[in-house]
Amino acid sequence: MKRSNIIMLIAALLPLGLFFFPLWKITLEAPQYPTPLGMYIHINDFSDVHPHDIKNINLMNHYVGMKYIPEAIPEFKIFPIGIIITTVIGLIIAFKGNYKWFLFWFVLMVVLSSAGLYDFYLWEHNYGHDLDPKAIMKFTNPDGSVMGFQPPLFGSKDILNFRAHSYPRLGALFLGLGIAASFIAYLIGKKNTKKPMAM
Amino acid sequence: MKNILRSTIALLSVLVVFTSCDNASKSNSGALSSSAAEKVYVAPGEHDEFYAFISGGFSGQLSVYGLPSGRLFKVIPVFSQDAEKAYGYNEETKPMLNTSHGFVPWDDSHHPDISQTNGVVDGRWVFINGNNTPRIARIDLSTFETAEIIEVPNSAGNHSSSFVTENSEYVVAGTRFSIPIPQKDMPIKDYKGNFKGALSFISIDPEHGHMDIKFQLIMPGFDYDLSHPGRGKSHGWFFFTTYNTEEASTLMEVNASQNDKDFIAAVNWKKIEEYVNNGGGTMMPANYAHNVYDEATHSATSTMKDEVRVVNPLDVPGAVYFLPTPKSPHGCDVDPSGEYIVGNGKLSANLTVHSFTKMLDAIANNKVAGDAYGIPILNFEDVLAGVVEQPGLGPLHTEFDGKGNAYTTFFISSEVVKWKLGSWEVVDRQPCYYSVGHLMIPGGNSQKPFGKYVLAMNKITKDRYLPTGPEVTQSAQLYDISGEKMELLLDFPTVGEPHYAAGCPADLVKPRSKKLFKLEDNKHPYATLNEADTKVVRDGKTVHIYMTTIRSHFAPDNIEGIKVGDKVYFHITNLEQDYDVPHGVSMIGANTSELLIMPGQTETFLWEPKKIGVWPFYCTDFCSALHQEMQGYVRVSPANSNTPLKWSLGEDIE
Repeated sequence: MKRSNIIMLIAALLPLGLFFFPLWKITLEAPQYPTPLGMYIHINDFSDVHPHDIKNINLMNHYVGMKYIPEAIPEFKIFPIGIIITTVIGLIIAFKGNYKWFLFWFVLMVVLSSAGLYDFYLWEHNYGHDLDPKAIMKFTNPDGSVMGFQPPLFGSKDILNFRAHSYPRLGALFLGLGIAASFIAYLIGKKNTKKPMAM
Repeated sequence: MKNILRSTIALLSVLVVFTSCDNASKSNSGALSSSAAEKVYVAPGEHDEFYAFISGGFSGQLSVYGLPSGRLFKVIPVFSQDAEKAYGYNEETKPMLNTSHGFVPWDDSHHPDISQTNGVVDGRWVFINGNNTPRIARIDLSTFETAEIIEVPNSAGNHSSSFVTENSEYVVAGTRFSIPIPQKDMPIKDYKGNFKGALSFISIDPEHGHMDIKFQLIMPGFDYDLSHPGRGKSHGWFFFTTYNTEEASTLMEVNASQNDKDFIAAVNWKKIEEYVNNGGGTMMPANYAHNVYDEATHSATSTMKDEVRVVNPLDVPGAVYFLPTPKSPHGCDVDPSGEYIVGNGKLSANLTVHSFTKMLDAIANNKVAGDAYGIPILNFEDVLAGVVEQPGLGPLHTEFDGKGNAYTTFFISSEVVKWKLGSWEVVDRQPCYYSVGHLMIPGGNSQKPFGKYVLAMNKITKDRYLPTGPEVTQSAQLYDISGEKMELLLDFPTVGEPHYAAGCPADLVKPRSKKLFKLEDNKHPYATLNEADTKVVRDGKTVHIYMTTIRSHFAPDNIEGIKVGDKVYFHITNLEQDYDVPHGVSMIGANTSELLIMPGQTETFLWEPKKIGVWPFYCTDFCSALHQEMQGYVRVSPANSNTPLKWSLGEDIE
């Protein structure tokens, strides 16, 4: 097996790490929470960083009219299937394909991951802006519009008394490494393919 | 001439003032010396190095302090009702205060002691005695709540208690007052020879800490004042001071102070345990309560027991000896090695120290001076290790720092005196303000004291704090004992009478301290684990309300169909699962206390409405930003009305 194909094989397998490690983490810090509240986003689940964190995030959020974080969202079914299908495609490419297919897989993964991130952003936006009209506390922005409580997609942000942090976790790293590896496989494959032609 | 003299004197006095100022500032500064304030200062947000569990004496409770700061963290209700925490008021904890005399809502809590493993404090439980209606309690240091109380039969004035052996095999409870055993109607003047003193050995289940009276040693009718277990080489023995070996029953201050020497009773409990394990002793009818709090059901149950095993010391030869000890010894303290047994003869000018090795030697060589009711008395000289000559007036208690030093309190001369084990020389003395009783070094009743601080607990404060009318606080005083000389660092007021204390490094307890009760583990028979299951159930004139709390509402919060004369039980489950979010509840006119319900816990109070109307209830613990909105109404209709039983949350009852 060619070196580029071995790298492609590894690239195809790496995103499976998403099934073992969380994709993203949202942390909420406030003076009353010396141990911050936190939530992991997995490819198929939300989970507490410390026991009962999601329950306590919901309790905080209900004051401003935010909905409860759902037990499950449709993405929890779609994302795992997507990862399994792209891994299978990646494996077939690793065994049968050449560097052009590696690039195809790279582009496919970048597009799908971007779509996933956009979907996550949409969910977050809805979660932060679709507020109960009977909310206990209503806040407005300086321009008079209703204040939203959307956590950042990436980075840190102040939301009322909380400071929210949103950063990728190990699962995302595995996905990123997989995508990067496929591009490396493409570069090496391309280089090695061109050499014999030159000879 | 006069002027010259005057100006010379003036100049001299100015110089004196300046030089003395200079001296004073010199003695107080210096790069290495730190001030007392710095030594006790624990910065905001930081934690103390030690826990101190200080008994409340006549308050019946146990308070939790941090050392060296002297900050009060919690008062744990033990033997007395506590309306703040609903202890002894709610349906769940009323059984904790049940006794053979019925519900006894108060006691006099004296000697806390921390459980031990291999002779070292392990921070699992604190045991403490109720003096008046004899009881021993166990406090669980994962919840800082009273987990168990056992009544001690055949006992009165449960004072030489509650000291734990070095592997927490037993917690021991001795009687201060001798009484007829079994109790009977008889003339008081016939005390002598007829009254007996029971020393109770209460076994501790190593896993759960549950207590059970293994046996009671029925001793002559003296007053058994204090006790301590042997440790290390003397593990397996227990030592009790006695007074009133005169067996007087009136004007005790005179009549019980006549004998030149009373005794320390040395009890070989291992020997008696073996005798009992082989079927020794007799079961005697008795009546005493055993109350156990179950963390899963958040409820206590009280079981009455009807017999207890008693042992006559004469039936176990070689198990009990009397060591003559001068003048009504009070404290009975054993050093960390287990070799020295200090008898603090409160009416003697000297401190008497016995030697365990010499005691064994005297026993082996059968050097017996006589007997008291058949119990052998050893020769004073044969067991004496040494005497601390005239260290102060009125010695009461001694603790050890694990570095060869002992610290004894003197009530009358109001001081703590440091002296050396073995050479018996006095090293230092520091005054107490005023009239010190017990003192405590963390880990003091063990093989491994943490000899950094000693805490003196004073009976009298008079002018030490801002006055508060005729009744003023009692106090504790913290001394640094890390150096050769003791240094007074801090004075702090206490809850009730700081009778005695037990201390241990905070790290032993801190990691095990629970943050909340898990809802899924709640097995309370009236628990409601989610809002959808809340309901109101009528059973004749009894109504059970299954209610929940979560920020910031009760569910249900509107209830109709309650009638005058009903017995209404509010069973309230706190659905919170976050640290430090209790909810409280109180109902107008309820003849009981509020409830203070921890996250995941269920508690119950009884309300018997006497008047028709619409009556509010509300949350009493400032739980959240919407705490003031956490309220509800109960409609009470006439006894013969047909108002249907209904309840709601968030919508009107139609």
